[in-house]
Parts: sequence; C-alpha cells; structure tokens
Amino acid sequence: MLNFTPSLIIPELYMALLLVALFVQTVTNSIKDRTDWLAYASLGGVVVAALSMSQSGMMFYDSYQIDGLSQFFKLVIALGLAICVLNSLRNTSLGKTPRADYFFFMFMSAFGLMLLASTVELFTIYISLELASYSLYILLPLRNDNPRAVEGAIKYALFGAVATAIGLFGISYIIAGQHTTYLHELATMNWTFAEQPMALIGLGLFALAFLYKLALFPFHFWAPDVYQGASNETAAFAATLPKVGAIVILVRLMGLDPGVEMKIVLAVFATLSMTLGNILALRQTDIKRLLAYSSVAHAGFVVMGLVAGGAYGLAAASYYALVYVVMNLTIFWVITRLADDGRDIQLHDLKGMHHSTPLLAFVLAVAAFGLVGLPPTGGFTGKLFLLNAAWGEGFYLLVIIAAINTAIAIFYYLNMVRHAYTMDQTTPSVVPSSVIGASVALALALGVLYLGLMPQGLFDLLLQASGALLL
Amino acid sequence: MLQADFPVLSALIFFPLLAAIALVFVRKDETIRMVTLAAGLVECLLLLPLLGFDLSTADFQFVERHVWIAAWNIQYYLGIDGISVLMIVLTVLLLPLCVLCSWSYIGRRVKEFHICLLLMTTACVGVFCALDFVLFYIFWEAMLVPMFLLIAVWGGARRRYASIKFFLYTLAGSTLLLVAIVAFFIAGGTFSIPDLMNQNFGLPFQQLTFLAMALAFAVKVPMFPFHTWLPAAHVEAPTAGSVLLASILLKMGTYGFLRFCIPITPAASEFFAPLMIVLAVISIIYGSFVAIGQQDMKKLIAYSSVAHMGFVTLGIFVFAFQGIEGAIMHMVNHGIITGAMFMLVGLLYERSHSRELEDNLGLSKHLPIYTGFLLLFSLAAFGFPGTNGFFSKLLVLIGVFEASYFLGVLFIIGLLLGLAYLMRLLLAVGWGTPSKGAGWQDVNAREWAYLLPLLAFVFYLGLAPGRALNIMGPSIENLLRNFDQQRHVSEEISGDTLHTWRQPPPALIDPLNKVSPNAATLNRSTTLVVDHAVTPRKN
Repeated sequence: MLNFTPSLIIPELYMALLLVALFVQTVTNSIKDRTDWLAYASLGGVVVAALSMSQSGMMFYDSYQIDGLSQFFKLVIALGLAICVLNSLRNTSLGKTPRADYFFFMFMSAFGLMLLASTVELFTIYISLELASYSLYILLPLRNDNPRAVEGAIKYALFGAVATAIGLFGISYIIAGQHTTYLHELATMNWTFAEQPMALIGLGLFALAFLYKLALFPFHFWAPDVYQGASNETAAFAATLPKVGAIVILVRLMGLDPGVEMKIVLAVFATLSMTLGNILALRQTDIKRLLAYSSVAHAGFVVMGLVAGGAYGLAAASYYALVYVVMNLTIFWVITRLADDGRDIQLHDLKGMHHSTPLLAFVLAVAAFGLVGLPPTGGFTGKLFLLNAAWGEGFYLLVIIAAINTAIAIFYYLNMVRHAYTMDQTTPSVVPSSVIGASVALALALGVLYLGLMPQGLFDLLLQASGALLL
Repeated sequence: MLQADFPVLSALIFFPLLAAIALVFVRKDETIRMVTLAAGLVECLLLLPLLGFDLSTADFQFVERHVWIAAWNIQYYLGIDGISVLMIVLTVLLLPLCVLCSWSYIGRRVKEFHICLLLMTTACVGVFCALDFVLFYIFWEAMLVPMFLLIAVWGGARRRYASIKFFLYTLAGSTLLLVAIVAFFIAGGTFSIPDLMNQNFGLPFQQLTFLAMALAFAVKVPMFPFHTWLPAAHVEAPTAGSVLLASILLKMGTYGFLRFCIPITPAASEFFAPLMIVLAVISIIYGSFVAIGQQDMKKLIAYSSVAHMGFVTLGIFVFAFQGIEGAIMHMVNHGIITGAMFMLVGLLYERSHSRELEDNLGLSKHLPIYTGFLLLFSLAAFGFPGTNGFFSKLLVLIGVFEASYFLGVLFIIGLLLGLAYLMRLLLAVGWGTPSKGAGWQDVNAREWAYLLPLLAFVFYLGLAPGRALNIMGPSIENLLRNFDQQRHVSEEISGDTLHTWRQPPPALIDPLNKVSPNAATLNRSTTLVVDHAVTPRKN
C-alpha cells in the first residue's frame, strides 16, 4: 500500500519545500546570493522536526517507517543542519561561487540523510544514501583556489563509489539468501553463519558502505584529506551529519541481531579504529586533520554500542551519535570563528585565545573535554552508556581498551586547551566578535554540558525506540 | 538513614559553583579577591548544619537521594559518615585561607584563578559527599580541569610539563576506575555505594576490581612507584595550588581505599594488603630519603608528603581500629600541616623569589615570627607531643605494632628519617648563616590571618583530639565489622562473577519505577541483574 499520509512526513516535506525555493534561487540571477533567510528557515526545520517527534506509521509500500528512532535522528539532522547553516552563512572561502548553489547541495544532502533515517528497505536505503552522498561529492570541493579541496573530493568520491558498490553487491547476497529486502521481514529471519552464510556476508558487505561513511578503520583513509581540503564550514557538515545517517542505518541493521561472528568482527574493527585513530591524531598539528583522526577513534566508540546490541547498546550508540554531533559542531564552530579568512587552523593558531576571545576559548575547552569524555560533559555520559552496554554483553577487553584509549586521547585534546589557555600569541590576532557567533557558541557548549548532566529524557526515548526495533 | 530537610550537602557543593559563575561578571581584581573571600567565609558558615552530625551512628547522614538517569539506575545520591565529614570540613576551611595566601602572589588573570579555586572546592566537596559511583567519578574527574589550569597557567617555569604530567598520570589511573565502576554496576545492578557495600562478589572479581580501583587511588595518594607526578606538580604549582594538592587531592586516594576498596572488595583488600603495605613502607623510606637530599624547599615538602601518605596507607592496610583511626586523623593533620608548610614557603618566595634553601638561610634574626611559625609547624609535621601530628602517628603506630613488630620498627625508622629532613629544613632556614633577608618584612597581618587558624588547628587537634575521634569512631567500627564478616563470606563464593548479562526486554523497563528519596533499596536491580554470585549480607 502506498499509504501516503503527508502529516507524518512534515519535516521531509518542509525540507523539500526549501529545496524548491533554493533551486529557484540558483536559476535566477538576481536573487542568487540572498541566503540570509536560510538561517530562519533551517531553525524552522528544527521546530518542525521537534513537533513531529511523536509520529509513527508506515508508508510507501512499507519501505518508509516513521518511528521513534527515525524522528529522533531527523531532529538531530535538522539541528545539525541549522547549526551548519548558521556557521556557513558568511563563508568566505567559497569565493565567487553563488551561495544558493552551496546551500542547495547542503540541504539536499541533509534531505537524503533525513530519508535515510526512515527507510527500512535495502534499496530505498541505498537510494537515500546516494542522494546524501552525491550532494556531498559536489559540496566538498567548493572552496576557492585550494588544490587540496579537489584532491579531497576525488578521494571521497572514488572511495565512496567503491564502498557503495560493495554495499550494492551485499544487497544481492542478502536477496539470494533471504529473498527479501524489507528490514522487518529480515528481522524475523535467521542470521547465523551456520544457517545463512551468504546472507550474513551480504549483510557485512552492506554494512561496509555505512562503516565507510562513519570513517571506521580500515575505511578511514579519506577523512583527514577530505576534512583538510574542504572549507571549515563544509568540513563541519561533512564531519557530523553523514555520520548520523550512517549510525541510524547501522543501528537498524544491528537490530536484526546478526550472529556473534559479525559482532566479533565489528569489535575488532572498533578496537583498531579507536587505537589507531588516537595514535595517529597525536602528531597532527592541523586541527582539522586532528579532528579527522579523532573521529576515526569516535567511530570505534559508536561501534562499541552496536557490538553490544540489544535495546541498551543501540540506544547508547544513538545517544553517542547525538553527543558526537553536538561536540563536533561546537569545536568546528570555534574553528570557523577563528579562521575568518577561511584558512586551515593550525594548533599554534589557538595560542592566546584566552586573551583575545575568552568565551571561544571556554567553548573550545568544553568541546575538547567533551570529546575526551571527561565529566560532566555529554562525552562522558555517552561513553559511560557505551561502556555499560558493552561490558554487560561480555566484551570486557573492548571496554578496557576503550578506557585506555580515553587516556591516550586526552593528550591531543588537552594540547588544544593548553595552547588556548597557557600560551600567549606573540602577535595577538584579532578575532572579530559578533553577538550571534558568541551566543551560538555558548549555547552549543551548554548543550554539551546539558547532554552530560540531563541525559535521562532522551535516553529513555531512545531506549523505547531501539526496544521497538528489536521486537 | 537520616533525612535532611535543608539540602546541606548540595548547598556545600554548589555554592562555590554559583560564586564562580557570579565572579564572571566582576571586573576589578581587588573586588574579585574580596568576593571570593566572602564566598569562602559563607561556605564555612554553610558547614554549621554539620554540627548536627549524629555521633552515635555509623549510617550515612544528611542523605539526599534522587533519581537522575533512571535507565541506568544512576542517582543523585549524597551522604556523609564519620570518615568523610572531616575531609569536607578540611576542604571548606582551606578555601578562604587559599584565597588569602594568593592575595599578593597571584598578579595576573586574577579572575580565572579564583574561579578555578571555587571550582576545585565544588569538585572536592562533591567527591567526599557522593554516594553514587557515577556521581563520585564525575566530581573525581571534574577536579582535574581546574587543577590543571592552576598549575599550567599560574605555575613556575616548567609548568607546562608539570601540568600535562599531572593530568595524564591521574587520568590514566582513573580510566581503569571507570571500568571497575562499570563492572560493579553490571555485577551488582547498582551504582549506589552503600548498596554495593552490602553485596558479596566472588574473589576473582574482587581482585580484578580492586586492582583497577587501587591503581587510580595509588596514583592519587601517591604511592611509590606512581609518585613521580607529585614533585613536578607541587614545585610548579602556585602556593594555593600546592596547598590544594597536598591537603585535599592526595587525601582522595586514601579516602578511596577506605570508602571503596575495603568495604566493597574486602577479600581482595586482604589478599593485596601485603602488597599495599610493602609499597607504603617503600613510600615512607624512599620519600624520606629523597626529601633529605632536596635543595628546593617545595620539593622537600612534596617528597615528605609521599612519606606521610605512606604512613596513612600503612595505617589503613593493617586493618586495626587504631591504625585506621590514626590514618584518618593523619589525613586531616597532614592536610593542615603540609598546607601550612606550603604557605610558609610561598610566603618566603614572595620575599626572596627563590625556593632554594641556600637563598633563604638564617632568618631567625630578621624574621623571628616567621621562624616561629616554621618551628611550630615542623614540630607538628614530625609529630611532637602536643601537636596534632603526634596523636595520629601514635595511633597508626599502635595499629602497626599490633600487626607486626617488624613493621613497627620500619615505621620508627621512617619517623626518624622524617626528623632528619625537617631538622635540616628548620636549621637551615632558621639558623643557617644568613646571606640575605635583612630587609625582608616579617609576617604581615594578612599572613597572620591564614597561618594562625592553621596553628590553632594544630594545637586543638593535638591537645583535644577526642571530638574528631568520636566523629569517626562508629564509622570505623562499622567498616571493620563488615570487613571481618564479608571477607569470609567472599571466600566461600568461588564462582566467577564475570558473567554474561542480558538486558531486560523493553517491556520490562518500567517507567513508573521511580525511587523515592526515602527508599532504602532500589528494586530496579531486580530487572537489571541476573547474578548468581551475589548473596545478601549475613549479619
């Protein structure tokens, strides 16, 4: 049944409306560069997504499911998009590129990710993923006169194409083994290696496409180059929202409760990802490369929740996805404010921040300590949930390695704080301060603290959502 | 459990935080100092309700208990017993003194400095009040950030190295503590510390968790061989930072042994006691010897702290009533004495701009009052009868002698070594050949204001330790009684508590399962735990 009920998909319809408006702008010369309205429009998207939190239903021949999980992730994506838009409204590294184009592709990608949150059929998932990815392929190199931008984009596109091709190949195996592509039918089936080796391999291959988006080891090679090549604003988008999209699908796939073989493989990758990501991040001086490697480590953490599985594990992974998005957007916000000319920020650029912009220095410290996982930030609470879930399922070694990795990670995050707080810039840089920039930064930092101190409501919500997934 | 109407403990924890937030909006340096001092005094007034502390019971008092994160059974759970109340009083009373001793020492970024001081107080009081493991861990780690900044921003020449070393050491130690906390939750179904104390875990499980916890605490104490961060951090930190480090932070390690290791993992504590005792003795002897050879006054006192905390650890792990009594007393006394010693060094540094012994020789002529203070505090540090150090060391000594004569002899050797480095310090600074110091001003009114209260405590606790001992008595009795019962019970359970745990299906997650503040036990554990190794306590 088509079951088309527009009231269920208001966030998506709202996004589609914005896309139409942006498309009109891109083809009309006179209003090409007038994009200030997008700030309000994207904030409206957050309101719309928040209002439709409690919706539920099935649509489009049962390939599109509106449930707690999808609505939560839509809200996260809407929120992340709004922050990214606010962040890029005065993007100077775009040069003469018409601004409407840039935002058109950014919104298109977010639209694809929103669809991804609700899709429950393998081909629909695949198409939504491609919608989100193709827009990113275009978005990433949009940086004025920087050859690295093209390099990064080509890397991302080529690796991405291979990853999605493998994912598609995986679908064929799943179909061969289970004769269906609907997740709710797949959920009733047997996923042990002994009974369904082909289907399980297919599932692994399909998941690979999303592990690539998540930049989990060994699919992480694109991340540093892409982050560094893209402008700060685009990197903020590429570093956060596509990962949310990947996590929602991985959560749904792990809801199928595949056999222990897949869990062990994922646990091994999570271990390697955490360790290598952190070790490689130790010697980075370019902040965006540093964050890229640290995101490899964070991908390992999220996968820990997936490995644990069950309602608690999946809810923990989803919660960490939200925390990660907020923390990363916070730190990218600071970086973007610091580099008002669009350059790549190096570690030594942070020197003397406490003096020139005490507020941004504070926000940077909160975000950095959150990314480490120090209490009372959201990073700590998120990690605590993940550790609880993984230990409860008997992955003791994984938990211990994760804990040790926290200690490794502290070095490079602390280094940022150390530069900001204890060193003085020899030639003090003047950071333009705007009331909006400062207040959004403060709001984000408070958000990181809020997620750490008051996780109750959201986590309960996610617990119910992921519980429903397993039934 | 006694229920408080007014949230005394929350007020104590969060008042400094509010003051820190208020400080953001204050501009002038002098006003900032005044406001912080006022906040410190108000915080001391907030201690007054603690006078209602009931001496007849070992239960946790002034309990506040609220559901915080129901999905994981995490609570906002505060309470104090005879062990923690003294630590809280010490922490709070030191705050105004720290403000006073930094008055002229800290000249730049005054606002941030005082915010850090206040945040430290919040975190430290929180550590001693928390009865939920997660809440404890939050305060435990939250303390690192302001301390890091205190060392890294206002410290000496090698402050960056020292601050990073401090942070990495302590964080690396406590990450395994987090793993232990998670393991306890999975095995015991709760983060509540009193509830965990009443459960018996199998010996292999206890041994692993004990090691994970003990590592975090040993780094904090610090015990040999985890002590290397301490001299670096002490030497580089500003005076107030050194005072906080020595007086409060180091105590958290031994507090952890008393609060977590012995009650929750009694069998493992007994199992590892020989190891802990050996490390404690090495800390005493090694710390004293290194202290004897120091030229830098701060380093000398820092290494003497390693030795003093060795006395405390030794007192704890002989499992005798007097030993633990003396250990807790010495935690407080060391906080007072060493805090004062660091303040004296800081005071001298403001005049001579050097912490080297040779630059501060022979001050008895020019600075008689200063020398008097140094003399009195040194005597207290050694344990001269009539001072507070005497009582606590005597009690530990009694406990140690009960355990073994050999240990007792080692203890006495440690005491004599302590006399050696203190005499060296005192003789050089007081009666060495004077080189400079002619024009230096003696102790001024502000300095009197922070030294005199500490001196008063030295003699109060030295001459009338009864009240402090009464406060902790029931708690120690309770601790040892449970320890005696549980270590045997645990030996009977040979089963492995490291078991696989499945979550309840979502239908079992009961949203109505709220804990009322008075609830004695949490029934949520019944849904979360499938644990065959846990048996109820047999009284």
